[in-house]
Amino acid sequence: MIYLELFLSFMKIGLFSIGGGYAAMPLIQAQAVDIHGWLTMTQFADLMTIAEMTPGPIAVNSATFVGIQTAGIPGALVATAGCVLPGSLIVLLLAYLYYRYRGLSYIQGVLLGLRPAVIAMIASAGLSLIILSVYGQRALPADLTAVQWIPLLIFVAALTVLRLKKPDPIKVMAAAGVAGIVLLSIF
Amino acid sequence: MEKTEKPGKLNQFLKLFTSSFMLSACTFGGGFVIIPLMKKKFVDELHYIDEDEMLDLTAIAQSSPGAIAVNAATLVGYRVGGLAGAIVSLTATVLPPLIIISVISSFYQAFRDNIYVSYAMSGMLAGVAAVITDVVLRMGTDLVRSRKAVPVIMMLLSFIAVRYFHLNIIMVILICGCIGALQIWTSSRAEKERGF
Repeated sequence: MIYLELFLSFMKIGLFSIGGGYAAMPLIQAQAVDIHGWLTMTQFADLMTIAEMTPGPIAVNSATFVGIQTAGIPGALVATAGCVLPGSLIVLLLAYLYYRYRGLSYIQGVLLGLRPAVIAMIASAGLSLIILSVYGQRALPADLTAVQWIPLLIFVAALTVLRLKKPDPIKVMAAAGVAGIVLLSIF
Repeated sequence: MEKTEKPGKLNQFLKLFTSSFMLSACTFGGGFVIIPLMKKKFVDELHYIDEDEMLDLTAIAQSSPGAIAVNAATLVGYRVGGLAGAIVSLTATVLPPLIIISVISSFYQAFRDNIYVSYAMSGMLAGVAAVITDVVLRMGTDLVRSRKAVPVIMMLLSFIAVRYFHLNIIMVILICGCIGALQIWTSSRAEKERGF
């Protein structure tokens, strides 16, 4: 049953995305694209783009998007509930323990141990998006020089600005969108 | 007693709902961005929570799985109004993205076929790839600069395992979590042996 599958998949995403921000991204890719095939890689890339441009956490945005695409509004509600349930239950449990014992060092230690893995997985998912953006397909082609020049140019320009000036990412994304419309219309 | 308390409590829940809803609706980019805004609203403006407690709640929100914004909202709601408060602010935080993405998603198919939309999407995809690369580079250099061998090796091995051996991500998280816990355990044992 699709509702149960959505609920359980997004519960896994909620339960194992530790470290906030982009940590959910590789898990969403694994569940929605690789395991269940609810989204194509292009739809996943669109979703990450939309999630970055709209308010709210990536996991919640993705749950709503995947839910609605596969099973309408009820699907969106079920998937979103699944994705926030583990975190909010665990947070309440930790709050209870915290007010009782006033110590979180052990949990923070585990968190520190997870950090390298989280970075590695975000890097892997990020690399998938770069390949899709620059080559227009999911896997690296045999001929590595067969790049799409305009997205590559936008990528390099955006990364340079981000590294040097640390601007608001939303502004970078908006500028990249405008650059896409202008450059791809002309060339 | 009950009668005098009730309107006040209802009012507080309403305030909690509208505050959380507005905060969530106006927070782009997710992650950590919402924490300072929440502090401003609930600590400085509404005085529901004091500053030190907000810091601790932030640490708990970060230590738990799931979105930080959702976790932090749950905690603030819990502090203000117990379990009912937690449900109120959790719902208020989830609603804005739920509504916005539902609307976008309904138009997505028609919208995606437009040539200019597709140009914009391909530009923005390059942009989001750059944003994520920047995040990874920043987190990665922080880790390398800490000059600890084990985390750096764990990062490289995790990357290879996920990327080239397609190891299940959840497995990698569990294994690295265990290694982290083991490291804490051995270092606290070493401290004990030194006579603490």
